[in-house]
Amino acid sequence: MGVFGSAIKRREDPALITGKGKYTDDFQMPGMVYATMVRSPFAHAEINSIDTSQAKASPGVLAVYTWQDIEAAGIPGVVPTAWLLPDIKTPDHPILARGKVRYVGDAVAVVVAESRAAARDAADLVQVDYEMLPAVVDVNKALEDGAPQLFDDAPGNLAFDWDLGDKDKTDAAFDGAAHTATLELRNSRLIPHAIEPRAALADFNSSTGELTLHMTSQNPHVHRLLMSIASLGLPEHKIRIVAPEVGGGFGSKIHHYPDEAVAAFCSMQLQVPVKWTATRSETNLTDAHGRDHWSKAEIALDGDGKIVGVRVDTHAAMGAYLSTFAPAVPTYLYGTLMSGQYDIPAIYVHVQAAFTNTAPVDAYRGAGRPEATFVVERLLDAAARVTGLDPAEIRRRNFVAPDAFPYQTQVALAYDSGNYEPALDRALEMVGYADLRQQQAQRRSSGGKLLGIGLSSYIEACGLAPSQVVGALGAQAGLWESAKVRVHPSGSVTVYSGSCGHGQGHETTFSQIVADRLSVDVDQVDVIEGDTEKVQFGMGTYGSRSAAVGGSAIATAVDKVIAKAKKIAAHLLEAAEEDIEFQDGQFQVKGVPDKAQAWGDVVLQAYLAHNLPDDMEPGLEANSFYNPSNFTYPFGTHVAVVEVDPETGQVTLVRYVAVDDVGNVINPMIVDGQLHGGIAQGVGQALWEEAVYDDAGQLTSATLLDYALPRAHYFPTFELDRTVTPCPHNPLGVKGVGEAGAIASPAAVVNAVVDALSHLGVQHLNMPLAPERVWRAIQSQGNGNGQGGA
Amino acid sequence: MFSASFDYHRAGSLGEAVSLLQSQSGAKVLAGGHSLLPMMKLRLAQPGALIDIGHLDELKGVERHGNHLHIGALTTHREVATSGAVREHCAVLAEAAGKIGDPQVRNVGTVGGNIAHADPASDLPAVFVALGATVHLTGPDGDRQVAAKDFFLGLLSTDLRAGELLTRVDVPILRPGTGSAYLKLEHPASGYAVVGAAAVMTLDGSGRCQAAALGLNGVAATPVDGGVVAQALVGQEPTDEALAAAVSQNLSVDDPLGDNFASGEFRVHLAKTYGKRALAAARDRTRR
Repeated sequence: MGVFGSAIKRREDPALITGKGKYTDDFQMPGMVYATMVRSPFAHAEINSIDTSQAKASPGVLAVYTWQDIEAAGIPGVVPTAWLLPDIKTPDHPILARGKVRYVGDAVAVVVAESRAAARDAADLVQVDYEMLPAVVDVNKALEDGAPQLFDDAPGNLAFDWDLGDKDKTDAAFDGAAHTATLELRNSRLIPHAIEPRAALADFNSSTGELTLHMTSQNPHVHRLLMSIASLGLPEHKIRIVAPEVGGGFGSKIHHYPDEAVAAFCSMQLQVPVKWTATRSETNLTDAHGRDHWSKAEIALDGDGKIVGVRVDTHAAMGAYLSTFAPAVPTYLYGTLMSGQYDIPAIYVHVQAAFTNTAPVDAYRGAGRPEATFVVERLLDAAARVTGLDPAEIRRRNFVAPDAFPYQTQVALAYDSGNYEPALDRALEMVGYADLRQQQAQRRSSGGKLLGIGLSSYIEACGLAPSQVVGALGAQAGLWESAKVRVHPSGSVTVYSGSCGHGQGHETTFSQIVADRLSVDVDQVDVIEGDTEKVQFGMGTYGSRSAAVGGSAIATAVDKVIAKAKKIAAHLLEAAEEDIEFQDGQFQVKGVPDKAQAWGDVVLQAYLAHNLPDDMEPGLEANSFYNPSNFTYPFGTHVAVVEVDPETGQVTLVRYVAVDDVGNVINPMIVDGQLHGGIAQGVGQALWEEAVYDDAGQLTSATLLDYALPRAHYFPTFELDRTVTPCPHNPLGVKGVGEAGAIASPAAVVNAVVDALSHLGVQHLNMPLAPERVWRAIQSQGNGNGQGGA
Repeated sequence: MFSASFDYHRAGSLGEAVSLLQSQSGAKVLAGGHSLLPMMKLRLAQPGALIDIGHLDELKGVERHGNHLHIGALTTHREVATSGAVREHCAVLAEAAGKIGDPQVRNVGTVGGNIAHADPASDLPAVFVALGATVHLTGPDGDRQVAAKDFFLGLLSTDLRAGELLTRVDVPILRPGTGSAYLKLEHPASGYAVVGAAAVMTLDGSGRCQAAALGLNGVAATPVDGGVVAQALVGQEPTDEALAAAVSQNLSVDDPLGDNFASGEFRVHLAKTYGKRALAAARDRTRR
């Protein structure tokens, strides 16, 4: 095996695990001062007045700004929505509150002081006279008549009303079905919890008019563009955004938030560097949350257990403003996945998205696809129940057949490749499915802890995304990726990638791609990301796109380099270009063993330029702007095995088997690591995590004392395996793995717990499966709706 | 996160700590800081001054005096959990201390700080109540002693008076052969006890319950003393059925706590379940 596919250690880690990684907050600049936001303690209120005089007089304070100051400075001062849908309402989201606050955490003013402590002290002295308004935090209530209204220009709080699929055909399928099942599904609200809080260090140079902004970003060029056109109004080429080490994001660092623009505004006003770093509490209040759906989901089957239709009606909370890519998440990243791994002839998805007095909701690891997988895989278990088939069998009967690819779903996507049954078979074999079913029956009769087995056969569409497709669907950006591969005269290589890793190990995996193609040592390759001044352009890292799109851009650029080097080699060897083969670091004339030029010699000649073909420029580097022709479609089957203590309702995850097909694998260790993290995150949602607002709009799970992030000791060792079905349409055959674990696992775990209790008549439980909810379901013995409490 | 500004005093002796506490208005005592500092960073607490007693060696360590263990207020949870004397003579206390937080917390957090803070979801209060411990206090008017069951007055509220410091806790050692256990349902976020049950049991020569004790954390604002459950078991053969009956018939909780994670009703159910299980575990650890 070559370096592509090899589990080499992450070269990033020695620095990161010894504390030498440099994150935004680690940067210091001469004369640097500190900004602290004054945030609304209320979910919904008019601002009658703001008195900043006491705060301004506080020791060490340099300035206090409110919306008035933004307006007086003449900058646009709003953060934009970058994905539009028909009839969407996109009310302004000012970077400091303009007359009204709409969620707890909405920034009202900013204090800039000589120290963080002075800024924090003065923030308490800003006097805001609020006039309280009734708040609405629940998406169902927000859509009811008479609900408190967040925006005058969004009647009924409706941000958009969207559908996909053939309603009439689907209704007809249900009318003629032998079996149907219906579930009321809650996809709980989550807080991303990147380990590094958001931060910005803004340095505006008034003599050049240039802004340098270090910030926690998954996509610096996108941030630069949005700040230029929407929030700051500076020329794009005068903004430099640097994302140094970024400590995780899970989507939360894609979006353009007000705070980073406010920090820039402060630097523009004060002409000194201004640093802002969120506290953990601010992070929880203001980072875009994830999920928050209520859905009515229905499945219809014929007498043989074949699915004839799926119908889904979803209410999606958007929070107080439409965040950057929020409209895409419950629509084109959600409804399009409702066919799962299954051949379903009729599907209809209807989504109503509402403004609520909560933190905005946007992409969070998986972004729409975990929500879709949860719907589809819960429905498959419900289908197993109503048909009397085993959960594995109902899936098997409905898989898209391996010879049916490319497979056009009823919800827009065309799956390019797949082979679903081997992954299911392998997962069942690994977990010992038949034995577990026997044990389950024994436990039910003998008493003690109950055993549950849950399957999740997921698909995702990732490798975002073919630009023309997403453009037609409302994206205000292309989703291609760029790479520049620069070969230095000595033969070492620097890659400039528009991807922007924040923990994924790009420096390692991207080097493996280059080293493999050029037959150079992996240590001879460096990867540069995350700086708009160094990198040509880039769309960034999210949507499991970096390997499939960013990696393909690199591969394409490398191939251009090789093509040029071949021309040089042919010239030096006095052979025809088509007779040159590049293998193992040698440019070889086919069939003439002693006629060859080494890679290093050809590279040197490219720079010496003493003897190049007549029409050739010196140097050896290439750019690629790679636009994928389709999404990629990773898939797999995950199996969760749980024990439930019937006396306390406590659930223990005792085994977790995952068989994934992510296409070709660049670095198996990194792929396994991504799966481990994703599974933990999804199990976290299923069992522990939930962002909870009370009726007044206070986030009652605002700290880690209340919001239960999973810990290592909550988990068994994950048992992983893979099948490999290469992506047919990109040069690497890779599909992406960043989100798979988080997409598959919530449904696997909930299916397992419901399975454990199915003999009691329990048909569904909402996440998180905290002990009380499970205990109440057991107590009710499946009476009522089987939902077991709130 | 930054606390509001405050004055800091490091006490050189217990006497100095007491006089500083008297002279500094709005002062709080800083021991391990694991409860106080987070509250200050969130600005839920804004004391004008901190009196740091962390360097007072006289308040540290575990010593046996006759039939009691004296546990200094500044003894860390780790020291309690790993102390040979505690493990031998009062195993339930070592077990509970070993279940507090995580290693970092146990290395810094102190016994005195824990019970002076009186968080109802903390692990030590019910253990001390069940064991019949005595809390030693000192202040401007001299020393006094309070039974653990009388020390906890309410949510984050104790019998500590203004100007007083908690100096040590005295725990009667358990008779040889006594079994004890601390079982806990951890809150998945905080690690605090949703319910924590401390049980102690001694059997007579015929295998009947000679003496027992039960205390419960997390269920109510103050530790629940399950003495009445224990009393009901005396003289009985402690079968699983007998334990379940004793708990379900005798354990009652006034004003149970409830939150997002567990309602009052569920907490009472958990208290009974964990109480029963802790008693069974204690029974299984007895030696005759």
